[in-house]
Amino acid sequence: MSERIYVFKRFERFWHWSQAGLIMFLMLTAFDIHGTYTIFGFEKAVAYHTIAAWSLIGLWVFAIFWHFTTGEWKQYIPTTEKVVAMANYYLFGIFRNAPHPFKLTQLRKHNPLQRLAYLAILVCVGPLIWVTGVLYLFYDKWAAWGFGNLSLEWVANGHIAGAFMMLAFLIAHVYLTTAGHTPMAHIKAMITGWEEVD
Amino acid sequence: MSHLFNRAALALCCAGWLAATGPALAEETKPEAKPVKLTTTADHTKFKQLQKTFNSGPEVTKACLECHTEAAGQIHRTKHWKWEYLNPDTKQTLGKKTVVNNFCISIASNYASCTSCHVGYGWKDASFDFKSEENVDCLACHDTTGNYKKPPGFAGNPVVKDTEFPPGSGKIIKGIDLAKIAQRVGKTSRDTCGACHFNGGGGDGVKHGDMDTSLAAPTKEVDVHMDAEGLDFTCGTCHSASSHDVAGSRYTPTAKDDKGARIRGKADKGNPATCVACHDNAPHKKEARLNQHATKIACQTCHIPTYARGGVATKMTWDWSTAGKRDAEGKHIVKKDAKGRIIYESRKGDFTLAENVKPEYAWFNGRVDYTLVTDKIEKSEQRTPINRMGGSATDGKSMIWPMKVFRGSQPYDPVNKTLVTPHTAGNDDTGYWKNLDWDKAITVGMKDSGHPYSGKMEFLKTEMSWPITHMVAPKEKALGCVECHSKQSRLAGIQGIYIPVRDNNRLLDTIGWAVVFLTILGVLAHGALRIVSARRQL
Repeated sequence: MSERIYVFKRFERFWHWSQAGLIMFLMLTAFDIHGTYTIFGFEKAVAYHTIAAWSLIGLWVFAIFWHFTTGEWKQYIPTTEKVVAMANYYLFGIFRNAPHPFKLTQLRKHNPLQRLAYLAILVCVGPLIWVTGVLYLFYDKWAAWGFGNLSLEWVANGHIAGAFMMLAFLIAHVYLTTAGHTPMAHIKAMITGWEEVD
Repeated sequence: MSHLFNRAALALCCAGWLAATGPALAEETKPEAKPVKLTTTADHTKFKQLQKTFNSGPEVTKACLECHTEAAGQIHRTKHWKWEYLNPDTKQTLGKKTVVNNFCISIASNYASCTSCHVGYGWKDASFDFKSEENVDCLACHDTTGNYKKPPGFAGNPVVKDTEFPPGSGKIIKGIDLAKIAQRVGKTSRDTCGACHFNGGGGDGVKHGDMDTSLAAPTKEVDVHMDAEGLDFTCGTCHSASSHDVAGSRYTPTAKDDKGARIRGKADKGNPATCVACHDNAPHKKEARLNQHATKIACQTCHIPTYARGGVATKMTWDWSTAGKRDAEGKHIVKKDAKGRIIYESRKGDFTLAENVKPEYAWFNGRVDYTLVTDKIEKSEQRTPINRMGGSATDGKSMIWPMKVFRGSQPYDPVNKTLVTPHTAGNDDTGYWKNLDWDKAITVGMKDSGHPYSGKMEFLKTEMSWPITHMVAPKEKALGCVECHSKQSRLAGIQGIYIPVRDNNRLLDTIGWAVVFLTILGVLAHGALRIVSARRQL
């Protein structure tokens, strides 16, 4: 018989879904700006991308505050425990209906691979995008800020590289939501906050 | 249709306005009867000196100088008078007297025709007296009637009596009444400046592309500043003159003006004809990002989306090498296109013309080096630049400028390796436009300009750049981002700068999309395996 535990609190769910929406919109406008396709066109896409970026920054301010005041930041401390087991599960076990090697609790709501993946996003891809993005926005201030020698080309390419990594993450992340005990289980949990565990 | 009608009506109004020397628009039908609201404190119709018959231009000037005692001396110091200019940056002696271009080529030996646009009377050959005060032409710039004309062939003199020209042709040039014109002098106008500058290169709009007769009474679309129903700037509003010396120069243009707006009381000898002189260096209030653009991009680049927008075509190419053909009867040939514009003349060769032309773009720092008739040129596949526009992404002085690049082929001396100055205009045996004989024309022309001619001639492919600065469009018509930020960028040829989208890194895109594609492939394979294995276990 399965039990239900409350893993995702209200703010966290709000944060997750608004962030998901913003990131997808940022992706949509990003590749419009990049010239991959034309939906809004460069000029409007830049304006929308900028607004969405500032919105996401605002959201992050709240999210960071929330993580520190609630201690939830500890959820992202990496661990080597069961990493191999998790990798084995996704590579082999999942096809044989093997038991999930990770037992989810309120204090450990991310499995070890999730922790590593989210941490990588938080400390590598995220900062890459944010630093290059903010520099891009304030291109005219570089000289005043003492970054006169910075190359716009490198900043731009860094931003674009970050976007590709984020897109790849988004695809994998969305796919892995289906890897719960039912395909919709994780998504339901992210909406209601309640996860069913065995 | 109504647009055309409006402009015609406007032109009539303007004529009336000019005749009245004031904003007495209602009185255009009988401008002499009503008291005139003057913009100056002098009504020249009341001056005894002007109430007489003038038989020549210099007679008028003598009358002018009785009161305006220093005017001629001021004119004597200007490019408009000397047609000579020493470029302080390149040390080249320039000016119309010296330079060669790839339109009508050179004024040497063609004075009587070319000097119809000189602010003087009687410059028919190299012996012209540049110290003469009475030979200064006041009316060329100060006419307000629109009746003042200096036909080519009269060495800058107006025609005061009906005259057959060329002699024996049966064509009569009507004489004009100089007294009426002299009594109605006033400030310079688009018409007076335009009489020459709209017609540079030998006809309406030929040379510049951003200046033609559509600017006499332009709509807002054509020129937001000179808009005859709006701001109604004259040329002098920007090209403000001091002691008759008009600001602005094509020999030493101000490519980058970082001195900010000109404010009264501010000690400043900068060029008042730049955009920045009024608009300052950060004129974009809503979108600060554009001010950043304005540190590298000349205002004109975005705000003049195309030139020759007023319905007058400008010449884009001129191939002198095809000149000289005659029809079966041995007569000169003239060919016109569907719009009635001349595209071939035996006298001149082949032309192409265009309207609404997208400029070419180049880094430009204001330095212009001319190829003069004294310079040695090695003929090559590359076009020889008549003027080399200085500039680069890294010199700190350059901006990206729009240019009209005029391309052609013109006579060249392959032995002396120089450009040549042919005698073209003139009702004589050696003028090319009459007899189509290059050898005679070049021999006489080179003798006049004082340079050696080997007797051999070929044609040299040349190009000449004209920075575009007039015909500023309303702001809604300024270039959108994608005009440059795209793979078909207008700035495709601009080196040394990273332009987002234009300069997307192909390798990065390839790797990026490969990663994304592999991720998709990975999750699809993984998902498929899960489905298959789940079925097997059922």
